[in-house]
Amino acid sequence: MIVGLDMGGTHVDAAIIRDGEIVDTAKTPVDRSNLFESIWNTLEELLSGKDIARIKRINLSTTVCTNAIVENKTVPVGMVIESGPGLNPDFLKCGKANVFVSGYIDHRGREVQKINPDEMQEALKLFQRKGVQACAVISKFSVRNPLHEKEMASFFQKHFSPVTLGHTISGKLNFPRRVFTSYLNSGIHKTFNEFSESIKTALNDKGIKAPVYVLKADGGTIGLKAAERYPVNTILSGPAASLMGMCALIPTYEDAILLDIGGTTTDIAFLADGISLFEPLGIKIDNYPTLVRAIYSVSIGLGGDSSIRVENKDLVIGPQREGAPMAKGGPKPTPSDAMIVLGLMDFGDKQKAFEAMKQLGEEQGITPETVAKKVVDKMAFMIKEKVDKLVHDINSHPVYTVRELLYGKKLTPKSINMIGGPAKALTSALESLFKIPVKFPKNYDVANAVGAALSRVTTEVSLLADTERQTLAVPEMGIYKKISKSFDIEDAKQMASSLLKQNAHKLGSDETVDVEITEAESFNMVRGFFTSGKNIRVKAQIKPGLVALNRGVQSD
Amino acid sequence: MIKAKNKLGLVFFPAFDWAISPTHPEREERLLYTRDQIFEEGITDIEGVESFNPDIAEERDIERVHFCVPDVKSRVTESHRISAGGAIKAASTVLNGQVDKAFALIRPPGHHAQRVVYGDRGFCIINIEAVMLEHVRQQSKNMRVAIVDTDCHHGDGTQDIYWNDKNTLFISFHQDGRTLYPGTGFIEESGGPAALGYTVNIPLPPGTGEEGFLYVLDNLVLPILDEYNADLLVNSAGQDNHYTDPITNMNFTAHGYAELNHRLNPDIAVLEGGYSIEGALPYINLGIILAMAGLDYSGVREPDYYPEQLKQSDKINEYIKKLCEIIYDRWTKRDDLGYKLRKQNDFITRSRQVYYDTDGIMETQTQKFTICPKCSGLNTVKSKADLGYDILGITIPSDACPSCLDKGYNLYKNTAEGKFFKVYLQDRVNDNFLNK
Ligand SMILES: [Zn+2]
Ligand SMILES: [Zn+2]
Repeated sequence: MIVGLDMGGTHVDAAIIRDGEIVDTAKTPVDRSNLFESIWNTLEELLSGKDIARIKRINLSTTVCTNAIVENKTVPVGMVIESGPGLNPDFLKCGKANVFVSGYIDHRGREVQKINPDEMQEALKLFQRKGVQACAVISKFSVRNPLHEKEMASFFQKHFSPVTLGHTISGKLNFPRRVFTSYLNSGIHKTFNEFSESIKTALNDKGIKAPVYVLKADGGTIGLKAAERYPVNTILSGPAASLMGMCALIPTYEDAILLDIGGTTTDIAFLADGISLFEPLGIKIDNYPTLVRAIYSVSIGLGGDSSIRVENKDLVIGPQREGAPMAKGGPKPTPSDAMIVLGLMDFGDKQKAFEAMKQLGEEQGITPETVAKKVVDKMAFMIKEKVDKLVHDINSHPVYTVRELLYGKKLTPKSINMIGGPAKALTSALESLFKIPVKFPKNYDVANAVGAALSRVTTEVSLLADTERQTLAVPEMGIYKKISKSFDIEDAKQMASSLLKQNAHKLGSDETVDVEITEAESFNMVRGFFTSGKNIRVKAQIKPGLVALNRGVQSD
Repeated sequence: MIKAKNKLGLVFFPAFDWAISPTHPEREERLLYTRDQIFEEGITDIEGVESFNPDIAEERDIERVHFCVPDVKSRVTESHRISAGGAIKAASTVLNGQVDKAFALIRPPGHHAQRVVYGDRGFCIINIEAVMLEHVRQQSKNMRVAIVDTDCHHGDGTQDIYWNDKNTLFISFHQDGRTLYPGTGFIEESGGPAALGYTVNIPLPPGTGEEGFLYVLDNLVLPILDEYNADLLVNSAGQDNHYTDPITNMNFTAHGYAELNHRLNPDIAVLEGGYSIEGALPYINLGIILAMAGLDYSGVREPDYYPEQLKQSDKINEYIKKLCEIIYDRWTKRDDLGYKLRKQNDFITRSRQVYYDTDGIMETQTQKFTICPKCSGLNTVKSKADLGYDILGITIPSDACPSCLDKGYNLYKNTAEGKFFKVYLQDRVNDNFLNK
C-alpha cells in the first residue's frame, strides 16, 4: 500500500493505492494555525481500519515551508556572499545580515583571489550582534570549485545551524538564484524540522514504520531525512501533485496540454512525449527566483468563480474572484452561473444563476441562454489565447547549437487533459477551439492525492570535467577531485549515472533508478595551436515518471 | 531582482557544434566561457533582458549584399545564415519596438566579408551587419545608419560594401594596417565619389589602451556621429583590442569596452572578432550587456587586471591626439572634396587585390563608380580569383534615378553570356537579383 497526501490551501486530500488500484480516499479542511494536525487528522481518517503494517511508504506534500516564506516566518539568516567581479551585488541582500566578502573563483574553478579570514571574523561578530540563527555561504562559481564555500562555512558552523553551502543546492550556474535558494533553505530549516519531528513522533506512536517522503515542485519526492537538510526542496509542491495525478489518471505518451481549472485560477502545464516540462532554472517564490527544480506551470486568474462584468459591450471574466457564484448566494455573475444555466453543471439555485446571466445580457438585450453560451466560449477562448502564447514561448526557448536551432523538438500538443470543477463543462467549447481531443478523468477530485501517492524520488547531478586542469566537480554531491588527462565523455556519462544512483539512494530511493542523460557536451580546449584538454559537461537525472496505476481512468 | 533601465534583446547563439576547423580560433569553444559567465551572473533573470533565438537569413538576404561565386549555396553554410539571421533578429526586435536595444552575441563574424565572396577571409564569409541592415532597410527605406566598428582589425568588408553609400556612415577603430591583417584602413580610404568622407578610418598604434580608445571616442567619433545624426547606430563589437588577445597588440580592457559602449550608446551591437576566449570575452561581453541594459558595469573587471601595467605611453597619447585632429579635419571638408571629385570626373575606378587568408585565395578586382548628378550612380565590379573564376557584378543603388536603373539592366542584358564565368545584377531599387 502506498499512501499519498496533498495539502492545499483549503483542504488536505489523501489516497491509498494498493496494487495499482485506488483503495480509499479522505478529504479534510486545513487548519492554517496547525498544519501538522491537519495532516495527521487526514492520515488517521484514511488509515482507520487499514492494516498499517502493509504500508510501503507515505508520500506527503506540505505547505509548511511555502507558508513560512510567504508569511515571513523564517528565522534570521546571516549571509556571507563572495560575489567577485561582475554585476553589482547589492540586490542580493536578503538575510537579516548580509556581508559581501573578497575572494574569487573563476569560471574554470581556478582560485583567483583567496578568502580573507579577518572578514569572516568580522561577519561572525556582526551576525552575533544581529541575533542571527542560521547562515548561508555562497561564492560565485562555487559549482566549479566549492573550496571557498567550504572554507567560509568552517567559520560559522560552530555558531549557527544550519550553514547552507551554495554549491550543495544545485549544480546549475546562476549565482543570484544560488544566493536566494541558500537563504531560503537556511531560513525555513527550523520550521521544517519541527514539522518533521512531529510527523516522526506521531507515526512512531501509531507503530507505523513505513518511510516518509515529501513531495517536491518537480513532481518527485525526497526522503524525509534528506528534506530535513534541504527543506527548500519542499516549497510549492501543490500544483505538481495535481499535475502528476493527471498524468496517472490520463496516461499519455504524446505532447499534451494539462489544465487544472479551479474556482479562482486555471493552472496550465505541458507534457512533451508524455513527460512534464520543467522550469528551465527553478521556481520563483515570493519574489525570489530559486534553483528549486519545478514543473513548468502557469496560473491565470480565470476559474468557475471569477467575477464577470460588461465593459464596452464586451464580457470581461476575472482575474478577480469576489465570492461564490450567484447561484450560491455570491455577489457577481460567474462562469459557474453560466454553466448552470446551460445545464452543464448542477448545483445551487438555478433561478439565481439565471438572474446572473440576465443581468449580463440586459444592456444589449441578449437572452440569458445566449449570454451563458458567450461566457463559456469566452472562457475557452481566454484559455486558448494563453496556451498559444505559452507554447510559442516554449518553442522559442534559447538553443545553442545549429542542430537544435534547425531540427530541435517543437511542442505540438495532441490532446488536452484536464481536471477541476468547471473543467467538464468546458469540454466542447475547448474541443471546438483547439481542434484536439479533450480528456477528463472521473475521480478528478483526488487527482492531487493520487499524484502524491504515485510520485517517486527524483534528483539530478551535474558533472563538469576539465581534463586540462585534471579536475572534476559534481557540486550537488560535494565532489571535487582529480581526474586523469584521458577522461572522456563516455567516462563522464558513466560516472554521472553511477553517482546519480548513489545520490538517489542517499535521498531515500528504494527502487532501481532509471537514469537519463539530459545534457552531454564535450569541448576541445585549444591553447596556442594545440588541444590542451577537454571541457566536458554532463547532466543526468532520474527519468521522470510515476508508479503506474492499473488503468487510466478515462472520461465517462 | 534588478530591472534594466533599457529593455535589452539578447540574441546569444554560440554555435557549439560549428568550427572552421578543430583548432581554429573560430571553434566550438569560443563562447563557452562567455555562456558560463552570462549564466552565472543570472543575466536572463534581469527584468527587461529578453532572450531571442536567431532567425535564419534567406538566400535573397545574402544576394542583396554579396556576389557569391559561384553561388550562395556553395559558399554560405547554415551556420553563416544563422549568424546573419541572429543579427537580423537583433535589429528587428529594436525596430519593431519590442526592445530598446539589442546585442547579437553570435558567431562566426562578418566584417571582413566584402561585396564579392569567393570564400572565407578573416574568419568571415558573409557580412552579417550588412545583411542585417539591408534586410531591415526593406521596411525602413531611407534609414540613415552609422556603423562603428570597434574590432581590432580593420572592417574592410563593411567598408567595401558601404564605400559609395552616403546613407551609411562607416567608422572603424583598428590597429594600424601596417602592423596587422588585413593591412588596410588608412586615413586616405574614405569612400567612393557619392559618399566621399563617409568612410572614416582610425588606425591606432599598437599598445593603445583605455585612455586612447576613449580619447578617440570622445574627441573624434562622438562629434562626427553628432553631426551625422543617424537614425540607427550599430556597433560592430569585435573584442580583440583586449590586452589578452592572442592575435593583436592592443591594451584595451573589459571595463573600457563597457565604458565605450555606454558613451557610444548604440541601438544594436553585433559581436565580431575576439579570441581571448577565457581572459577577455566573458568579461567584455558581460560589460557590454550591462552597459546596453543601462546597469552598473563598474564591477566588471578581468581577474588579472592591473591598470598600472596597461597605462599608455605619452608617445602614444600624443600620436593619437594628432591623428584625431587630422581625421576630424578631413571630415569637416568631406562635402567640398566630394563635390570637387564629382565635378571633375565621370567615373572613378578602383583596382585592388583582396587576399582571403582563411581560404588562401587571391582576388584581383576593379570597381567602377559612375558619377550621376541625380543619384549615387551605377557601380560595377569586375573580379577574378586565382581559383579561375571571373565575374561582373552590377549594382544599382537604392537611390538610383530611372536612367541609372535602365543603364544597369541594359548592361546586364548586353553583357554576352560566356564573356564572364558569371554576371550578377543587384537591383536595390526593386530588390531584384539576377545572375547568368
Ligand atoms: Zn578582429
Ligand atoms: Zn543616376
